[in-house]
Amino acid sequence: MSSNWPLWEIFIRSKNGLQHKHVGSLHAPNATMALENARDVYTRRMEGNSIWVVPSNYITASDPQQNDEFFEPAESKIYRHPTFFELPDEVKHM
Amino acid sequence: MLENQTPLFRFLVQLGDDALIISQRLSEWCGHGPVLEQDIAITNITLDILGQARLWYQLACDHSTTFNKEDDLAYLRDARNMSNLLLTEQPNGDWGQTIMRQYLYDAFKKMYYTALEQSNHASISEIAHKCKVETTYHHKWSSEWVKRLSLGSDEGHHRMQNALNQLWRFHQELTMSSDVDIAISSEGIGILPSEIKETYEAQITQHLVACNLTIPADQHSVTGGRKGIHTEHLGYILAEMQYMQRVYPNLQW
Repeated sequence: MSSNWPLWEIFIRSKNGLQHKHVGSLHAPNATMALENARDVYTRRMEGNSIWVVPSNYITASDPQQNDEFFEPAESKIYRHPTFFELPDEVKHM
Repeated sequence: MLENQTPLFRFLVQLGDDALIISQRLSEWCGHGPVLEQDIAITNITLDILGQARLWYQLACDHSTTFNKEDDLAYLRDARNMSNLLLTEQPNGDWGQTIMRQYLYDAFKKMYYTALEQSNHASISEIAHKCKVETTYHHKWSSEWVKRLSLGSDEGHHRMQNALNQLWRFHQELTMSSDVDIAISSEGIGILPSEIKETYEAQITQHLVACNLTIPADQHSVTGGRKGIHTEHLGYILAEMQYMQRVYPNLQW
């Protein structure tokens, strides 16, 4: 039965204010049932208070073969990390 | 065993028995669901309902001098002393039959718990509220499955009609008021199931007809669960469920 059902990607938001995060995928015949299945499969341990489901075939993924040109240029730009600033002692929770 | 107990105690045990027996039935699906996602869904529902049984039994024990703990109520009574509705002990059959049994149960319990929430007994009202929230989801789940299966393939429709024909004679008992219900409702603690009969019948009839199913013409009903008179299935359920405690009394995990 499920082999005929399309695949859905599931995103869960663990609490208000945070973003939805990808948690996995599952099979379902339509969006409503994908939501219900996600509720049953991925939120049994109070993982979240909001669910998004997206048909997997709507995901466009980067090509692993192009990893070099996609990601390599960022490797040599450590100055993009804000780690070179001296934080005054008065600043807390950064 | 139960006859000597107070109406309040028996009322709480009634509610616990319905939940315990149908959850025991549903647990048989664990690992056997038609697809992984639904295997988990039905197991979640099973655990919700088992949790409900525990709450009712725990409260019952608070009002009893004979029974100290929930386990005694679950594991040390024979069929004659179980007061669950006959519907809850009916076999799972195929997926469709389980879904139909669950739908008839959920539709009733949702209405019942909604009304019971108004109880003047604080603990009963609290537990009823929790049960109502859970049952609202179960009802959504089972009513959508009834629709999906009945309006899907010919095979699905045929099986759902069979399931309805099989189970229809057990559904009337849900909205019959037992002696215990009557005793307890006069004190404002409980409500009469018979008071929601009309709404219940109207709602399930509307849904089943919308699902293209035919309401069985035979209105003969089978009853007796509240008085401890059960179908042959309950004995087997209890034998399996109680085996360990009967053979090794006070055994602990």
